[in-house]
Amino acid sequence: MSQKSDNVLDHFNLFRGPEYTNMFENKKKNFEFPLPDEKVEEMRDYTKSWEYRTKNFAREALVVNPAKACQPLGAVFVAVGFEGTLPFVHGSQGCVAYYRSHFSRHFKEPTSCVSSSMTEDAAVFGGLNNMIDGLANAYSLYKPKMIAVSTTCMAEVIGDDLNGFIQNAKEKGSVPAGFDVPYAHTPAFVGSHITGYDNGLKGILEHFWKGKERIPNGKVNFIGGFDGYTVGNLREIKRLFGIMGVDATILADNSDVWDTPTDGQFRMYDGGTTLEDARGALNSRATISMQEFCTEKSLAYCAENGQEVVAFNHPVGVAATDRFLMEVARLSGRPVPADLEKERGRLVDAIADSTAHIHGKKFALYGDPDLTLGLTAFLLELGAEPVHILSTNGNNDWATKVQALLDGSPFGKGCHVYAGKDLWHMRSLLFTEPVDFLIGNTYGKYLERDTGTPLIRIGFPIFDRHHKHRYPVWGYQGAMNVLVTILDKIFDEMDKNSMVAAKNDYSYDIIR
Amino acid sequence: MSLAIEKTKARNKELIDEVLTAYPEKTVKKRAKHLATFEDGNPDCSVKSNIKSVPGVMTIRGCAYAGSKGVVWGPIKDMIHISHGPVGCGQYSWGARRNYYIGTTGIDTFVTMQFTSDFQEKDIVFGGDKKLAKIIDEIEALFPLNKGISIQSECPIGLIGDDIEAVSRKKSKEYDGKTIVPVRCEGFRGVSQSLGHHIANDSIRDWVFDKAEDKHKEFQSTAYDVAIIGDYNIGGDAWASRILLEEMGLRVIAQWSGDGSIAELENSPKAKLNVLHCYRSMNYISRHMEEKYGIPWVEYNFFGPSKIEESLRKIASHFDDKIKEGAERVIAKYRAIVDAVIAKYKPRLQGKTVMLYVGGLRPRHVIGAYEDLGMEIVGTGYEFGHNDDYQRTTHYVKDGTLIYDDVNGHEFEKFVEKIQPDLVGAGIKEKYVFQKMGVPFRQMHSWDYSGPYHGYDGFAIFARDMDMAINNPVWGMTKAPWK
Repeated sequence: MSQKSDNVLDHFNLFRGPEYTNMFENKKKNFEFPLPDEKVEEMRDYTKSWEYRTKNFAREALVVNPAKACQPLGAVFVAVGFEGTLPFVHGSQGCVAYYRSHFSRHFKEPTSCVSSSMTEDAAVFGGLNNMIDGLANAYSLYKPKMIAVSTTCMAEVIGDDLNGFIQNAKEKGSVPAGFDVPYAHTPAFVGSHITGYDNGLKGILEHFWKGKERIPNGKVNFIGGFDGYTVGNLREIKRLFGIMGVDATILADNSDVWDTPTDGQFRMYDGGTTLEDARGALNSRATISMQEFCTEKSLAYCAENGQEVVAFNHPVGVAATDRFLMEVARLSGRPVPADLEKERGRLVDAIADSTAHIHGKKFALYGDPDLTLGLTAFLLELGAEPVHILSTNGNNDWATKVQALLDGSPFGKGCHVYAGKDLWHMRSLLFTEPVDFLIGNTYGKYLERDTGTPLIRIGFPIFDRHHKHRYPVWGYQGAMNVLVTILDKIFDEMDKNSMVAAKNDYSYDIIR
Repeated sequence: MSLAIEKTKARNKELIDEVLTAYPEKTVKKRAKHLATFEDGNPDCSVKSNIKSVPGVMTIRGCAYAGSKGVVWGPIKDMIHISHGPVGCGQYSWGARRNYYIGTTGIDTFVTMQFTSDFQEKDIVFGGDKKLAKIIDEIEALFPLNKGISIQSECPIGLIGDDIEAVSRKKSKEYDGKTIVPVRCEGFRGVSQSLGHHIANDSIRDWVFDKAEDKHKEFQSTAYDVAIIGDYNIGGDAWASRILLEEMGLRVIAQWSGDGSIAELENSPKAKLNVLHCYRSMNYISRHMEEKYGIPWVEYNFFGPSKIEESLRKIASHFDDKIKEGAERVIAKYRAIVDAVIAKYKPRLQGKTVMLYVGGLRPRHVIGAYEDLGMEIVGTGYEFGHNDDYQRTTHYVKDGTLIYDDVNGHEFEKFVEKIQPDLVGAGIKEKYVFQKMGVPFRQMHSWDYSGPYHGYDGFAIFARDMDMAINNPVWGMTKAPWK
């Protein structure tokens, strides 16, 4: 028996003693009817081969370990970014349990969201009654200022008419007639969570803007897009706008609701874009989106309404931040102040100090389309080679844009773009064309285990490291965070690979 | 009845009335049936259960898919479980339940992988059967060492009229009788995870047992063969349980389903006794094995030394003296560590109050472990329990315990705010709500990424974790000193 009261062993060490390892062996041998070890080894080796890679890439139907989620997740992400807003997902209730868990595991924060809890009878008769009762209950229990409705695939397959249902619910008195209930159809079988972000946001903008007269002013709207760093990023953007004196409306500002204090009070709602500002955003002269692929329809809607629209691709790094700030300066008429020029200089200084360790290193990266574009540009700027760039929810337009980045840099030679592929494809890439580092979300740790490629965690979700979402990756300071994240892993690997005493620890340097 | 209990009951009544006032009239009636105080001597907990959740209230429940793929099927390690439908369900449940296993992931083991048919609009419009057939072909090409496939239906499957049973039969024939199991666990079925457990149990009965009879002919039974039913090996729970059963002289021929394999499922009908931990999720298959194969089953509880001791003896009572002596030997062997753990932690936890809200068996099963540490359960409830769960709960709870079935955000928050327990044990969705309120919390689904909590080894970890949650300096910092 290995358990002790003075040094309690949990799953990390408890099962390593002989009483357990023998038990595992006997279980396997006597009851699992396992395949011979050689066969497993042979298969394991085979999966590392080019031949397996070819087969793997010939897949047409099966998806294994994708790096994307479904639409309503994005709609919920948007909804919680508005003042006092309760996301309401019309359809099966299990979905909402999943979204809430997913966000809570990433942000380590509560995520409030309700479901209309449709079951078999609703599948037959439609979910109208669920909408009527659901809105009434949500309104009286959680006293929201707005309820933002989206849909699960169940409601979409049976074709529930959200607009009609909401009108009907209002007539039945579920919520007051003038109460704000924007809605968006967010079928899970179209696009991904970034599509849901777009649809969710467009639904809210349409709700406030449709049929209203636009009286243009000098303000600028800002949209962050679906972003695991939303807490740190939106705060950084507000800081930058503050320094520049830009009069801006941040749309879907969820930076407070996913970062509330532990002070004895649970805040179901906190911060967020005020409904007043959401309404007034129609009058802004321009709308900036940090994530083009996440806001295609929303930006088109802004443009339709006469706003100038500018889209970035999750800008990370010197040149990308330069472009972003210059656009902000142009649109707001506020010059980039000297303070930010200094911040820029500090980032360049940091890159100059460290570039020797990054230059020529090979990276694989995956994630949402805009994030991978932003990171690719930054890696090229650092003189690194982004050898495999993969996005499960990236399309051909995305691939073309990444290719253009690669073509524009000497470090992009021999690098490849993979649209619509998953992490099992990535596994083949890492075995057949190994790289030095992998950049991706938490699920990338399975690739690290299988292929030995050290994982740098940048993306969404990050479940197994804490508080990363609090640090921005946008702005010069954000780029600094990304730089340090990458460097830390590089230095850790250097040390790990040079610490065998009397073998290779001559390189175990004190100064790097 | 003591005055204190009288007071508690009056307080509970007041509290229930208070939470109900927030609802629209129609909902008051519905929710009132799910909230009660346990009265000593009652045959159940006086609440209605296993009823549809009210829309819009922020129920904590999940769906049938979660019950089948997430709970019952997902941990079977040498099979591939296809999340059939759109990408989300499989994505959100990917690797989240910590069903530990030993095996080479991606080669002969597949638990922490997300296989999905990633439905697109055209699959909804034209049906997904052809795609499913192709997926099975691709699985066979790329993961040839898999020993079976299950098809975990997401909502659209049942709505668009796909015939996954026909695809399964056809493909099974094509691949030499390979086990391919269609599971009709669409998320809209039933009222919670619970129906998903039932459907999953039935699919094992119909698609695994019936074709397993002449497999594994070399399997030699013994008089001491048991199967562990309803342990998902979260953080290694089933391992910390198995070791005790083996030490008392039993032979565990199968684990359902944590760290389980298809061969173990297939050989389970050869057990002499099924030992059932999670009654809620696997009583169905236990009853089936009893009816069809004559295997008796016994419920046990491996949380905390009192219940472990009781359970070991109960299990042993189904066997001869050798096993009975074995049980006593195991109890004696672990007495020292149990005493040391209690001596260390009980003084730190004595008298602390706990409110629970969990699924499956835990709203009752863990109570003994808390009581072994001198703690008191003042409220408990089930996410997806049935009346038989609430009947069983009467053997665990004290007079005056607040009972809440399918509790939602509003009710749970109000209850905790008023009762101010020293600890809340529930899930990830609740965790941060209560921590913000300054209330110590442990996730009692995932063991907050710790564990195991089962068995004697697990009890030490349980005690350590409850102590670190409650007696944590952070709770002294929630108020700014100048306020």
